[in-house]
Amino acid sequence: MAEQDFVRQLNDDHGFAQTRDWSEKLHIDFLLVGLLMILCCAGLLILYSASGKDMDVVIRQALYMLVGFVGMVVIAQFSPRMLMRFAPWMYAGGVVLLLAVLLIGIQSKGAQRWIQLPFIRFQPSEIIKLIMPIVVATYLSNRPLPPSIKDIVISLIIIGVPVGLIAKQPDLGTSLLIGSSGAFVLLLAGLRKRLIFSAIMLAIPAVFVFWQFLMRDYQKQRVLTFLNPESDPWGAGWNIIQSKIAIGSGGLYGKGWLQGTQSHLDFLPESHTDFIIAVLAEEMGLVGCLMLLVIYALIIGRGLFITLKSQTLFGRLLAGSITLTFFVYIFVNIGMVSGLLPVVGVPLPLVSRGGTSLATLMAGFGILMSVHTHKTFHHRMR
Amino acid sequence: MPANTLKDHKAEQRIVGTRVWLALFFMIVLVFVLIARLFYLQVLRYDEMSTQSEENRVLLQTIPPVRGLIYDTHGKLLAMNRSSRSLTIVRELAGDLDQLIEDISTLVPVTDNERRRFDQRVRRRRPFEPIPLKFNLNDEQIATIAVNQFRLPGVEIDADLVRYYPENSIFSHSVGYVGRINDRELRTLDPALYSGTYVTGKIGLEKYYESVLLGKPGYQEVETNARGRVLRVLNQVPSEPGKDLELYLDTELQKVAIEALEGRRGAIVAMDPKTGGVLAMVSNPSFDPNLFVTGIDYETFDGLNKNIERPLYNRATLGEYPPASTIKPVVGLALLANDVVDKDTRIFDQGWFQLPGSDHRFRNWNRRGDGWVNLHQSIVRSNDTFFYKQAGELGIDRMHDFLSQFGLGRRTGIDIGEERPGLLPSREWKRGVYGQPWYPGETVIAIIGQGYNLATPLQLAEFTTILANRGRHVQPRLVKEEMPDIQSPDWGHDVDVSDEDWDLIIDSMEDVIKSPRGTAHWRIGRDLKYRIAGKTGTAQVVSIPQGEEYDAEQLKEYQRDHSLFVAFAPVEDPQIAISVIVENNSGAANVAKSVMDHYLLPRLNPSLTHGLSVDEALKAKVTN
Repeated sequence: MAEQDFVRQLNDDHGFAQTRDWSEKLHIDFLLVGLLMILCCAGLLILYSASGKDMDVVIRQALYMLVGFVGMVVIAQFSPRMLMRFAPWMYAGGVVLLLAVLLIGIQSKGAQRWIQLPFIRFQPSEIIKLIMPIVVATYLSNRPLPPSIKDIVISLIIIGVPVGLIAKQPDLGTSLLIGSSGAFVLLLAGLRKRLIFSAIMLAIPAVFVFWQFLMRDYQKQRVLTFLNPESDPWGAGWNIIQSKIAIGSGGLYGKGWLQGTQSHLDFLPESHTDFIIAVLAEEMGLVGCLMLLVIYALIIGRGLFITLKSQTLFGRLLAGSITLTFFVYIFVNIGMVSGLLPVVGVPLPLVSRGGTSLATLMAGFGILMSVHTHKTFHHRMR
Repeated sequence: MPANTLKDHKAEQRIVGTRVWLALFFMIVLVFVLIARLFYLQVLRYDEMSTQSEENRVLLQTIPPVRGLIYDTHGKLLAMNRSSRSLTIVRELAGDLDQLIEDISTLVPVTDNERRRFDQRVRRRRPFEPIPLKFNLNDEQIATIAVNQFRLPGVEIDADLVRYYPENSIFSHSVGYVGRINDRELRTLDPALYSGTYVTGKIGLEKYYESVLLGKPGYQEVETNARGRVLRVLNQVPSEPGKDLELYLDTELQKVAIEALEGRRGAIVAMDPKTGGVLAMVSNPSFDPNLFVTGIDYETFDGLNKNIERPLYNRATLGEYPPASTIKPVVGLALLANDVVDKDTRIFDQGWFQLPGSDHRFRNWNRRGDGWVNLHQSIVRSNDTFFYKQAGELGIDRMHDFLSQFGLGRRTGIDIGEERPGLLPSREWKRGVYGQPWYPGETVIAIIGQGYNLATPLQLAEFTTILANRGRHVQPRLVKEEMPDIQSPDWGHDVDVSDEDWDLIIDSMEDVIKSPRGTAHWRIGRDLKYRIAGKTGTAQVVSIPQGEEYDAEQLKEYQRDHSLFVAFAPVEDPQIAISVIVENNSGAANVAKSVMDHYLLPRLNPSLTHGLSVDEALKAKVTN
């Protein structure tokens, strides 16, 4: 039966055998690569406008993208098996680096996030972004599903240690993202619905207690400013007011590429990094935003397809978590720029300026491709 | 690796698969939330947001008008606008203002005065309007600020035009100066006209012609960035510059007049009798008006204000002095016109005069007496006794009525705001002020220009002009062109006196200088190049107690008599009328002569001026 299926499958795929072979030999998913390239090109166009037609910025970003693509292909060559094997070591190394950040890290803008090496300064939390889903997926894929309470507790500890260390830097946004990438693995692994519900039920009074007894006044102020940005129009509310104006004034079709006044006249802060979607919204309107969302949706769709097609549990958990985290990036970024969520420093994937986030994302897609293209090995296993 | 992991492979795939579909469902929901949010902002609130976006970038800015320039009669600039750099702060971008100004003061000094004026201006600013803190930055200060600008949010260096008076102290009292708008002015000035303007005329022509000089502000719609920096001008309505003023004042003549005073306190007013144009107006000592333009500091102002020589005080229009004997020609006309005397009336002067039934002696300045004198001789000798004797018959009422036709006791209406009316006493005036009747002895003192009489140097020049014009009144003015916004209070009317009377008085005045017995002869009457009619005067500052000798040496300097002189020339065709007062000193006639020489000699000998400047021509004349 299985043998027949296998034969039929081969026959079915006959017309594509050549491409399939090529993509599997090179461990590249051409569809994903194509979508990412479209997204990168769109990102460069928006960046060109957002940076005030600064070609240097665009070229540097394009170089990052090139390096990112190369990195992605290199990482795709590592089989999921190898990732599983090295997962505990990677995790241990990552935690050591995070401790090192707290002890000998460099301070910048009030946070201690970087480690200075002779030639490069880097952010260990970016590496943890990649390691976290791998580690949790490795742990859970070796256990029976759905996970037992003990497995859940161990998973939560695995997730909690680096999240706590990053939150201490402090970098709340990143720690939440990393925490959720670990949590996604748990959720995909079949966390019981009852547990999810009781967690939510517990969270509501917890938030109340937190607000009432634990938060400092300035932290409350920040939340209140988010809820009503007009209360502090020249201070903390400025960013969100200006980005809402930028988005809203774009209307259906936008003011036209390079014609956005909000960003070009410096009303919009951080217009080439976290708030770049406002530039797109202002210049290309709702139509432009929807087009961007469609590209993202296709990438996520491809990620979910890879997840479902993956034949190992590890592959499924890992690919699913990477895809969901990618979605969270997009949702949190657009949500915060459009005033739905509080402002936390989350860049718009592959569009915002910056090499680090690009490298991490590309590495993530490399892992995704690795999961997708290393399945012949599993066929044989079966 | 536990063994049962592989066993339940299918179930595990099912679990993960279900969760993936569940996640997809949630993601679709969340994406629709995002789309709904974008739709809400970009479609439902589009109008509101695009209006806000437009307001963000378009700012209405006023373009301050360029203040009108002031020229002397030869087109020399007396008041101009000089480009200057000032340090400004945009409140919206500054954050903690106190901290910012403290930071600035570590780089360039910020005085309390500057801080106070800044606080005033901040209160009436428009959003994103840069408010000046310091004016007239020097190159070093500009560089210091520029280097540190990155840590001074909202601070900018702006270029603007600042009033400048190139002649410094020469015309301070007539041209006046502009200064920063103060609190009181803030309440009365039209904010629309003064938007973008920080100064207004404070005294002199600058104040009197404020509405003419100011001009009208324009405005422009500019596209700005969030820091308020102007990127592009979208639409512009240019400002209307203020009108320029051309004056009758002559810089060279003014300088000659100041030099002639030789640092003594005093005032000089020279007028063109044909037009009423003021050719020179000196109040000495003076001050540098440039000190006031961008705000004078308290110490400097206090020094000027408390200076015993009173440099801030415009003696020419505000100084009220007893006119003394300078009004004798006018009084003489009054006597003739009222048939109190005729040209042959004589009296014997024994050096003093007594009213019937009184033993008070009204003394002649020449205590030995001048013997037999008529009106002509009384003016030439400045004989007091002759006039004392006529006082009773003329009476204070007729004297007041006649003399007021010559502008005494009321403002001339010159185009300077700061003017005092002087005082021409009358029965009504005394009753009103003192509640007392007029005593005959008071007429005796009044008739020689002492007692209650007070006149400004401008009024002296004005009545001299009327004498020069044989009764024709002209309005003293500084600005040549009639200005539509400015109403000249033209009160004057011509004085009706017979030709013989005019001849007698003017002839007498000419002999004051020409005749060896004339009071000004030995000072200026020898070697005359043209005919001068004049009259000397000596104003008592303190009345001399009865029976005591007058001794200038024993009196403190500030109690010494003032020296006065009025004159016009040439007699046959008067081109200049002048009044001079030298406080607590002598030599008013010499001062007047220097000014008249400078003005008249080149005009009367045009060949001399051919190819020569006025100065050179004057030198040539003197050496000839």
